[in-house]
Amino acid sequence: MTETIPQKRGVPFWAQIIIWLLIVGLLALVGVILGKRQQGTVQPGDAIPDFILPLFSGYEYEGKSEVQLSDFQGKVVVLNFWASWCKPCEQEAAELEEAWKFYEPGGEVVFLGADYVDTEPEARAYLKKFGITYSNGPDMGTKISQMFRIRGVPETYFIDQNGVLYYVKVGPFLSVDEIKSIVAQKLP
Amino acid sequence: MKKTLQILTFALILVSLFTGTALAQDNVPTDDEVNAIAQQLYCPVCENTPLDVCPTEACRQWRELIRLQLSQGMTEAEIKQYFVDNYGARVLAEPPRTGLNWLVYILPPAIILLGSFFLFRSFQEWAKPKVASAGTGGDRSEASSPEKDDYVARLEEELKTRK
Repeated sequence: MTETIPQKRGVPFWAQIIIWLLIVGLLALVGVILGKRQQGTVQPGDAIPDFILPLFSGYEYEGKSEVQLSDFQGKVVVLNFWASWCKPCEQEAAELEEAWKFYEPGGEVVFLGADYVDTEPEARAYLKKFGITYSNGPDMGTKISQMFRIRGVPETYFIDQNGVLYYVKVGPFLSVDEIKSIVAQKLP
Repeated sequence: MKKTLQILTFALILVSLFTGTALAQDNVPTDDEVNAIAQQLYCPVCENTPLDVCPTEACRQWRELIRLQLSQGMTEAEIKQYFVDNYGARVLAEPPRTGLNWLVYILPPAIILLGSFFLFRSFQEWAKPKVASAGTGGDRSEASSPEKDDYVARLEEELKTRK
């Protein structure tokens, strides 16, 4: 007088496959994102892809309202990320300007300032306060800073005449000589 | 008469001054109006902090920028677009429905639905009797564990001896 015990109905095979695929896909995505975040900044030896930096009016480069990295082939490029709200940036502002003034007549070195997540009135006030004259512009949509994977400001990237990164400075420069010694590595 | 005229003129100047101030104040967006937009944006430099409650200097500057843009007649959508153009889509509290961002909108409801489905199925399984017996004791062994069988056998034996 016994009825058969009903077979326990598990999760269908197709559903199991889908669930596992979703889990693996999600973990892979998280892995890729975490990997990118832990990668750090671009490293010396990396070729820097071309980018466009729009410039603030009054801070144009030879009359151009925006510049591309490829415009500076054959020159050493000093790309400084800064912001008006960044206190450590103030420590190096005068040194950067002094170094620019030193290299400007030679024409072998270009200084570029990329203003990171800032408001234009404050950025202009900052540039005026520190008497900065080299080309400066906003990092629109943080595209350039994302490309360089910057971790904060100030950070400065030294790119050689062939568009290859050769030095990364995280934090403010301590002196003009420090900037000069890095630039000099690529000058004849 | 001359004195009355002077008082009237003075009063008129005073009234016009205050009216001017009041009108000027009316054009300045209030903190609430600024924060209504700021709370839909996130600080681009300090992660996971809405702009309306962010205490940093940078956030204060951005709130003032919103105030300025509101006073210039920009709409909420235009201000948000300005922030996206300048600081990237990550400043939006609600990510735009494009590309991988869709995962944010699809995954949580999908997981909840899937979880609910399996929970429902599990409840159904638990509610079903594991053994459908006709009431005779002869089939008990099928559902019982060997340890329990042994125990029952010993118990029955004990009872027999006590009779």
